[in-house]
Amino acid sequence: MPKTAIQASGLVKWFGEGEAKTMALREVSMEAQFGEMVYVVGPSGSGKTTLLSVITGILKPNAGKVMLEGTDIWGLDSDQLADFRLGKIGFVFQDYHLFPRLTTAENAAIPLILRRKPWDEAVQEAEKYLDVVGLKSRAELPPVKLSGGEQQRVAIARAIASQPDILIMDEPTASLDGDTGVAILSFVQKNVLNKDRCIVVVTHDDRIYKFATRILIMEDGRLKGSEKGVA
Amino acid sequence: MTGILKHAYKLLVNDKAKFSALLIGITFAVFLMMFVTSMFSGVLMHASSTILNIGAPLWVMDPAVETVSNSVGMPDYVLDAVRSMQGVKYAVPLYSGGALVKLPDGNYQSVTVIGLDDTSLYGRPELLAGKIQDIYAENGFIVVKDAEFSKLENPHLGSTFELNDYRGVIVGVARVQTSGLYGLPTLYTTYERAIQYIPNPRYTISYVLVEPKSANDIPLIKKQVEALGYRARTKEEFMQRTADFFVYQTGGGTNMLIMMLISFIVGLSLSGQTFYTFILESLERFGALKAIGEKSRDLVAMILFQATFTAFTGFGLGIGMCVLSVVLAKARLPSYAAMITFSNLSVSFGMVVVIAAVSSYVAVRRVLKIEPFDIFRG
Repeated sequence: MPKTAIQASGLVKWFGEGEAKTMALREVSMEAQFGEMVYVVGPSGSGKTTLLSVITGILKPNAGKVMLEGTDIWGLDSDQLADFRLGKIGFVFQDYHLFPRLTTAENAAIPLILRRKPWDEAVQEAEKYLDVVGLKSRAELPPVKLSGGEQQRVAIARAIASQPDILIMDEPTASLDGDTGVAILSFVQKNVLNKDRCIVVVTHDDRIYKFATRILIMEDGRLKGSEKGVA
Repeated sequence: MTGILKHAYKLLVNDKAKFSALLIGITFAVFLMMFVTSMFSGVLMHASSTILNIGAPLWVMDPAVETVSNSVGMPDYVLDAVRSMQGVKYAVPLYSGGALVKLPDGNYQSVTVIGLDDTSLYGRPELLAGKIQDIYAENGFIVVKDAEFSKLENPHLGSTFELNDYRGVIVGVARVQTSGLYGLPTLYTTYERAIQYIPNPRYTISYVLVEPKSANDIPLIKKQVEALGYRARTKEEFMQRTADFFVYQTGGGTNMLIMMLISFIVGLSLSGQTFYTFILESLERFGALKAIGEKSRDLVAMILFQATFTAFTGFGLGIGMCVLSVVLAKARLPSYAAMITFSNLSVSFGMVVVIAAVSSYVAVRRVLKIEPFDIFRG
């Protein structure tokens, strides 16, 4: 029986007040299990990013509850929440947000450094994850010397360097050409997803839907439906 | 160095263009600040050269005296009165004045003449050549070998000159702690010869130098001197009064303040702006770090470290540049009046700390405001 990684219930989030009030999430509930690669899809403004932010402890909901691996994350204080994210969640950002003045290996080592690992040890360990994403030979290069796909893989190496139970990928193919995007998600499915990890992907790109275990469809702040993915 | 600080260090120094701009800003500001304050310190020290060189602990003078070089003559009874005061171990007269010397080649040169007490030669300089007792020889003068020495055509023992139609003979070459401010050579002779050779007003004692029986007696001596209608000032008080004159009554202090302000503005605008841009460019990445799990206080520590590292490196470079400039200038111009003191260093250090504090405050505010949610929202 698969264990529940993410359990969100009754999530409500709005921005602004009075006439400017915009509902971003309206009573959204969802679950994701370990071993699943769950996609959250929907048009722009449907609340995908807000949902992602709320379930990862970045944006506090106005109502509702988020349990990650059985922990009510919005019951934690800000330091505990930061530690929780650092230990349990890995992020792959749409624009990668790699530091251009650091080497690829140093970029990948950032979560380890934040966990107070000595610099050299962290960089050495991060090289193992660069090896996983096939970029060990590029460890000493700065990110600007890498292609978009390679930068995305560095971002993935950074995200998995702290061995998170939950991996969040925000529009992972938005900055890549079609083939590279498909190759990246294929790689993630084969090499990053495992029975002890849950991956949540926010995307517009239907070419990568085939890698999803489940697809959650959002519209106007509501979870409109759920489809079983191809994978 | 912890990983987070090393991270901050690498982000800073690997961006060579911005790091250089930051360093240039702070270095230049420190250099300017150090240069102007060391020049002023040098001027103040040279202005007090006679006080330093004579070294008497207590100086009695006319209340109107503002700098050591502008003495007001006192009548002889002041010396007698001071000698009889309670707490005074001994007191001697000092002559300090200017004169025009005619050199062997016919040229004239202004000089400072110090007339030492005939009996004790209190305040005599350290001799490099000649014997001190030769100062009692006929027309005997001791010349100070300092930056202005060559203006007397590099005299040696036995060299002669004319002073107010009197013949002068060099019987000693001496060195002193500090040369004068006005670029004049200095001659030492006895008090009696000084007042005999140099045309003087009615009163001839420039200062009465006092050795108190103990430091505790100084307040009592001051009180007695004041009752006499004169002032007794310790060496430090007299130097401070001389300094105050240059700071407050010559415009020098105002000029220095303006220069200090300019240095500060240059440093703050160059470094502050560059540091702010540097942080601004990394703002999204800082947001990403927050999302990953970095705490705000760690980000603040990173920024403070970057600001502090840059500030102290720039401070060191600025000091180094200033020292180099002063050394080079002194090598070519021995009378160059510049002196780096702990006060100069403290003022510059204070300025650098303020620049670093303001720059990091602005940067920290921006970094604390960035929400990780903004990173997702793009």
